[in-house]
Amino acid sequence: MKRVGAISLKTVEWAGLLVVALLFVFPFLWMASTAFKDMSEVRQFPPTLLPETWEWGNFVQAWESGPFLMFTVNSIVVAVAILILQFLTAVPAAYAFARYQFPGRNLLFGLVLVALMIPGYIIFLPIYVQLSGWGLVNTLWSLILPYAASAFGIFLLRQAFMQVPDEVIEAARLDNASEWKIMWTIMVPMAKPVLVTFGLFSFIYHWNDYFWPLIMTNSDEVRTLPVGISSLRMSDGGTLWNVMMAGNMILILPILVIFFVAQRHIIKAFVYQSK
Amino acid sequence: MARVVLQQITKTFQNQKVVKGLNLVIPDGSFTVLVGPSGCGKSTTLRMIAGLETATDGEIFIGSQSVNALPPGKRDVAMVFQNYALYPTMNVYDNIAYGLRNRGTSKKDCDVLVKEIAEIVGLADFLKRKPSQLSGGQRQRVALARAMVKKPKVFLMDEPLSNLDAKLRNQMRVELTSLHKQLGSTFIYVTHDQVEAMTMGDQIVVMSDGNIMQVAAPMDLYQEPENLFVAQFIGSPPMNIVPAEGRSDQLWGFRPEKAVLLPASVSPVSAEEMWTAKGQIVSREILGSDTLFHVETEKGRVIVKTETEEIGQYGSNVTVTVAKPHVYIFDRVSGKKVGRLAERGQVSALAGGVN
Repeated sequence: MKRVGAISLKTVEWAGLLVVALLFVFPFLWMASTAFKDMSEVRQFPPTLLPETWEWGNFVQAWESGPFLMFTVNSIVVAVAILILQFLTAVPAAYAFARYQFPGRNLLFGLVLVALMIPGYIIFLPIYVQLSGWGLVNTLWSLILPYAASAFGIFLLRQAFMQVPDEVIEAARLDNASEWKIMWTIMVPMAKPVLVTFGLFSFIYHWNDYFWPLIMTNSDEVRTLPVGISSLRMSDGGTLWNVMMAGNMILILPILVIFFVAQRHIIKAFVYQSK
Repeated sequence: MARVVLQQITKTFQNQKVVKGLNLVIPDGSFTVLVGPSGCGKSTTLRMIAGLETATDGEIFIGSQSVNALPPGKRDVAMVFQNYALYPTMNVYDNIAYGLRNRGTSKKDCDVLVKEIAEIVGLADFLKRKPSQLSGGQRQRVALARAMVKKPKVFLMDEPLSNLDAKLRNQMRVELTSLHKQLGSTFIYVTHDQVEAMTMGDQIVVMSDGNIMQVAAPMDLYQEPENLFVAQFIGSPPMNIVPAEGRSDQLWGFRPEKAVLLPASVSPVSAEEMWTAKGQIVSREILGSDTLFHVETEKGRVIVKTETEEIGQYGSNVTVTVAKPHVYIFDRVSGKKVGRLAERGQVSALAGGVN
C-alpha cells in the first residue's frame, strides 16, 4: 500500500512539472512551428500543431527584408562591449567592496544597492537628455555607455569575492603579488562560475533588449536585431506572422547555442556554495 | 638566512593590546617555536614579522634591515598557513611557481627550481593536479614547496600541522626538523601544542596574554621554568602546585614524573630529604607506557606519573613522596620561581635520583 502511495505521489509530482514545463515550452514551440508554415496555414482554423509543408523560405524572406546582417553586427558589438565594460568596472569595484576598509564604504555600497533597485524606465528620460546633449543619441555609444557599470554585477561579484579565504590573499601577498595581480590571477579565476553566470545574464538581457535601442536609435545603421525584427511587422498586406517568427528564431539562435555550451557553468554557479 | 629581532613590539586591536612590548632575538638558523594558549598573541606576532599585520609600536629587523615599512612580498620571508592557503584554481606547478613569476624569474629558471623542489618534497608526479585532488598531507607538502622554492631568509609557520591526523603529524614533525637542518634557514613556528614545541624547537618562546613568559631551549624550559605559567604550560600532565609549608607567600611545585607513590603502610626512607603527603587514589589513567594516578592528599590534589600501574587501585591509601631537589619554590604573588627546596645532587639514589 505504502509503495503504491509513493508511486502515485511521484506521478502527481511529474504531472505538475510537466504542466509547468509545457507552459514555458509551448509558446516557444509555437513560434518555431509558425516560422516554418506558409501564410495560409498560419490563418487556418483549427490551427495545425506541426507545419504541413516546411517553408524554409520564411527565413530567407525575413533575412532579406532589411539590413539584418548590420542588425546582427550591431547586436553583437553592443552586447559584447557592454559585457567587457561591465567586467572591467565590476571586478575592481567588487574587490574593493569585499576586501578593503575605506571611509564611506558602506555608504557607497548602499548607493550600488539603490541603483540595483531603480528600474531603467524611471531614469531613461534624464539619460536620454544627457546623451543627446553629448550628441551621442543614434550612435552605438548610446546603447553601450548607460550599461557600462552593473550594480547587479558588483553585488554578485562582491559576494563571491567575500567567500575567498583571507589566507589565500595573504599567501599571494607573501608571494610578492600586487593587488592588481591578486585581483586578476587569484580572485577572478576563483569567482569564475559567478562571472560566467553574470556574463550570460548580461549578454542575454542586452541581446534581447528592445526598449533601450528603440528609444535611442532612429536609423537602421545603429539598430539592433530586436528592433529590426519588430519592423517586420509593418508590412503592407498585414503582419506576415510566419516571417516574423522566422526572424525571432534568428534572434534567439545565438542565445540557445551559448546556453547549451555554458549550461554546465550555470548549474555550477548555483550549486557552488554547497560543495 | 638572517636573524630576526623584535624591539618593543606592540599590537593593539580596537583599544585592546594583544601584544605588549615584546623584545625578542631569534638567532640566525634557529628553529624558534612560539608557543602559548590561544589568544596569547603568538600568531599576531608571527603575522607582524610576515608583514600581514602592522605593528602598532616598535621595530622589527630581519637581518640588519628594519622591515616595518616593507610589504610582505619584499621581506624575503615565506609562510606556511594552517589551512595551507593554496591557490585552488592553479595546479601544483603553478602554485609553486607563482611567487617566482612575481619576482620576475625567467621561465626556464622557474621550471628548473619548481621541479627540483617538487622532487625534494615528493610531489614530482602531482605537478598537474589541482589542490582539490590532493590529500591533506600532499597539500601540506605543496604549501611547504611553495615556501621553499623562494629560498627565503626566514620561514614562518602558523600551526602548519594542526589540520593533519595524528600519524601524519608525527611524520611531518620529523620531516620539518630534518628540512630545517638541511636548509639551515631561520624557522619561526607557531603552535599551541607544547609537544610540537618541545620536539621541534631549539629555542622556545612561551607566551601568555601578549607577554613573553620565558625564552629557553626545550630541556631548560622543562627543568628550569622561570615562573608558574611556564611550569604549568610545559610538561604533560602539568606541574603539581601545592601550598608551601610554613610560608604563606610561596607555592611549591613538582613534576608528576618526579613523584613516587608508596603504599601507606610503608614509611618513606630518609623522610627529611622528601616532601611527603598522605592521600587516597581517586582516579587512574593508563597511558600504556605510563600510568597517571590522581591522588587526593591532605595537601591538595596531585597527579603522579609512574611506569607501573600495580601500586595503586582506585581508593587505596598511599603516600606521595618527592625528593626535595625536585620541588620548585614559586612566589605566590608574582609567580616567579624563587629556587628549589634543596640543591640538586643532594638526593640519595633511593629517592629516584636527579637528572
